[in-house]
Formats: sequence, structure tokens, C-alpha cells
Amino acid sequence: MARDLTCIICPRGCHLHIDDNLNVTGNFCPRGAAYAKQEVLDPRRTLTTTVRCKSQLLEVCPVKTNAAMPKDKLFEAMKAVNEVTLTPPVHIGDIVIKDLCGTGVDLVATRDIEK
Amino acid sequence: METRDLVIIGGGSAGMAAAVAAYDKGIRDILILERTEFLGGILNQCIHNGFGLTHFKEELTGPEFLTRFVKQVQERGIEYKLHTNVVAVTKDKKVSYVNAKDGAITLQAKAIVMAAGCYERNAGAIGIPGERPAGVITAGQAQLYLNEYGYLVGKKVFILGSGDIGLIMARRMTLEGAKVLGVAELMPYSNGLNRNIQQCLIDFNIPLYLSHTVSKIIGKGKLEAIEISQVDEKFRPIPGTEKRFDVDTLLLSIGLIPNNDLLDKAGVAKSSTRGASVDEHMQSINAPGIFSCGNVLHVHDLVDYVVAEGAVAGEAAASYLQGTLKESEGPCLETVAGEGIGYVVPSRINLANAGENVELKFRVRKPSKNVYVTYSLNGQVLKKTLKPAIIPSEMEIARLPRNLLGEEGGTLTVSLLAKEEN
Repeated sequence: MARDLTCIICPRGCHLHIDDNLNVTGNFCPRGAAYAKQEVLDPRRTLTTTVRCKSQLLEVCPVKTNAAMPKDKLFEAMKAVNEVTLTPPVHIGDIVIKDLCGTGVDLVATRDIEK
Repeated sequence: METRDLVIIGGGSAGMAAAVAAYDKGIRDILILERTEFLGGILNQCIHNGFGLTHFKEELTGPEFLTRFVKQVQERGIEYKLHTNVVAVTKDKKVSYVNAKDGAITLQAKAIVMAAGCYERNAGAIGIPGERPAGVITAGQAQLYLNEYGYLVGKKVFILGSGDIGLIMARRMTLEGAKVLGVAELMPYSNGLNRNIQQCLIDFNIPLYLSHTVSKIIGKGKLEAIEISQVDEKFRPIPGTEKRFDVDTLLLSIGLIPNNDLLDKAGVAKSSTRGASVDEHMQSINAPGIFSCGNVLHVHDLVDYVVAEGAVAGEAAASYLQGTLKESEGPCLETVAGEGIGYVVPSRINLANAGENVELKFRVRKPSKNVYVTYSLNGQVLKKTLKPAIIPSEMEIARLPRNLLGEEGGTLTVSLLAKEEN
């Protein structure tokens, strides 16, 4: 299970190594060690994408998951996201899909669209 | 002719930050001229997250970041015109613009902040051999179509250049159902951040071909295929290394260039970045009252640094209008990009105007490990900083105490120096 990883927590991008006993080396800060453990046990990503929107100004509204979601569910989530159409007004933080694909995280709007 | 105190060209993050800073220093007559239908500039299409960690101490998407600045502009009642294209600027600060409502107007500005961003290098700039079919498009243009208009430009994609926009688009198009077959990078290292290589390419099993370039474009009318080749140390394709990919889209992520033509045509001196040559207050060295900030000055890696620079330019413009920025003929330091350094901003430090610390921004030419960055005044090393790792895709910022810089003027050189092994 030992793996070499690139830390994605900050732009520094440390090259990490994690062994079978979850010992992490190569990290510049503690966040790197936490990331490496998370990455081998339960890899997660924040999904940012768009949903259709019946706006006069934009065809789509940008959205994100309000926390990182399991990486292996990203494509399933994209299918659900592409079923949704929003109608303005939309505001930053509005929940677009609650509990996205059973992951426990919500999909929220990241742009104000008034009309 | 109408006279305005401060005209800001460009309503992106740099322009908005400059407007807010100038307002907060007491300037009330401010006009922002923005070409598109929205304030916010490039952040409108940057729907991914990672913005704001320095400025707002939280991780935001591009639209969330820009919305906070739009609110600051609107709360202050700062005037802005959208759909408004600036067509000319003069060194004596006349600004000509056109829009559908006002027609063609020339204003006399007392101060100008140039904040027009940057544009993408395109296929014409690198002369790719082969046909000229549709389907070859810059990564940022494809990002605009997808993230603001909901239009995916292709289904089978190859990407030339490993800049961050190309990497971000590799992930974005993959999530939207396109097949991204690979990314070719001319250099032996990636020009994108390590984290983007991981989360945009490795996460989706997209191969990165280092020391490769697109050596042929194939397709009549519409792109059908591309051929990539490995390159030698002089970046020439090596015969026999060709690989063919059947694709309908080639995205180009091959560099950004400051959109500084307006100032260039006006005779405002420019630096090696193609942005204006500026002093420590972001003021042009040969056009008093014309300030520059953001990607029109030099291409930044993080918007947090753009808004910080915008605030410096906006505050300096306010000081200029209020008569507190000295027009000094006194001694200056000219900055020099020495060994291993691509450029240094600002070009000049006016010692009479410099504050407690002088901020230098620069990029290195190639990735290096265990090197010193040295700062030398007229050949004498003032300071050296050890860097465990330093890469061209990250902008470096250094602060030098003003009292180190003396009073005589001369040159201030930034260089890389290899650390001697013990």
C-alpha cells in the first residue's frame, strides 16, 4: 500500500511518501501528513462545475461541493449535476443539490444571478 | 472635454482593487471602464477553487472571489461602464472609449490605472506545421465557452502546453464527458503547479509528455488528428519519435502576454514583461500619473497578489491626485534580472518615494533546488535567501528594507546562486 503522492493542499506541491504503516515523509507541514493519510484511506476532492440556468445573462451557473467528496463518485455526481436547471434569482451558497449522490456533501451555487 | 480624476481601464480583480483602494484614500471621482458585460475579468470563467487563501484567508472559487470585490465597488458607489472598449490612451492622459450608449467619447483623466489583464499566446505565435483547420483553440477561450456559455468545444482533446489553464481544462473537459488524450510540454518540466498535475492529470490518468511538441496538425476544414514528437535540447522535433492522436480539438496553453498595447502605442516605456516599466508605486517611469497593475503589468500566478498590487496602484494614484506622491528627480535604483531570473518588477525604485520596505516581484527561468536568491546593490550582495525549491510557474515576492538600499542609486540586481556543497 506504500505510495508516492503529490500534496495538493497548497501550491508548494510537496512530494510525499506514505508507507504501509501510514508513516508520511517529504511533507513540509502537518497538513501534508494529514492529506497523505486521507488520500490513501479515503481520497476526496472538491467538485467545481456548472449547472444549466435560465438566466438572461449566462447559460450556466457555477457550483461547488461545500466540502470534499469521495473521488470515485465524481463522475456519478456530474451525471446528477447535469440533470439540474436553475431559475434565477440564484445566490452564492444556495443549495442546488442536497446530499449529492449520498455523499453527505451539498452542491451549492458560487455566483449571484439575479435575472 | 469631460475631465475625470481617476479612470481605471479594466474592471477585473486588479482594476476593482485599485478603485476600492483609491476610494478609501479619499478619491471620489472614479470611473472604471470594462469591455465585457461583467465586472470580474478572467475570474468569471475560473469556476475552480483555490482563490483567496491569502487575501480572504479562505478558499474560494473565482466567481465567489470576484463577487466580494464587486460588492466593495458597489457599496462605495464607484461608477463603472460595462460593454465599454477603450480604444486609445495618450501620455497626457486622454482616454478614448466606445460603447453603444455613449458612442465614441474622449475623456481627460487626471490619473489612469491600467488594469487590462493579459491575453493568450495563440497558434500563430508558435507556427505549428500542418493544416489550419477549425478545432485549434486556446485553453482560456475553451474555458470561457464552457464555463459561461455551457458549450463544450470538443469530445476528443489533446492539449499543448502544461500551463495551469491547460491542466484545469483537462480536468474540466474530462468531467464534462470529453476524452483528453494527453498533454504535451516542450520543456523537460511542467509549467503548471505540482498540485494541478496531480489533481487534473494523474487523477484522471491523462498522460503528460514532457520534452514533446505538436509537430503536425492534420485536417481539412475540421481538425482530424495531431502528431506529437519528442524534442532535442534545442527544442527541435526528433525524427522517428512521432505519435499520432485522432482528436477533434487541440487546446493551446502556451503562455500569457500582458494586454498592454494601449500604453505601448501611447509611448509609455515598457519592460521585458511587455507591461509598462514602473516604479515602486506602479507608476510609469516616463508617464507620470499613469499606473499599472495586475496581469497587464506582468502575469501573476495568484489573484491574491493581483489585488494586492491593484491596491498599491490605486493608493498611489490617490496620492498622485492629492499631490503627496513626490515628482522626484532624485536618485533611483534600476532593477536588473541577473543570472537565472526572468524579470523583476518594478523596473525602478525611486528612493525619495520608497516606503519602509521595497517589494520586488520576479520569476526564475527554470526549476532549481537549493539555491540562494541574492539581492545586490551596485554589485555588493545586500541579502541572500536560501530556497529549497524554486520554479518558474510561481511568482516570487521579496521585501527589502528601504534602509538597506542607501541613497546613491545605481542598480539592484536579483540573481540565483548555487549553494555550495559542504
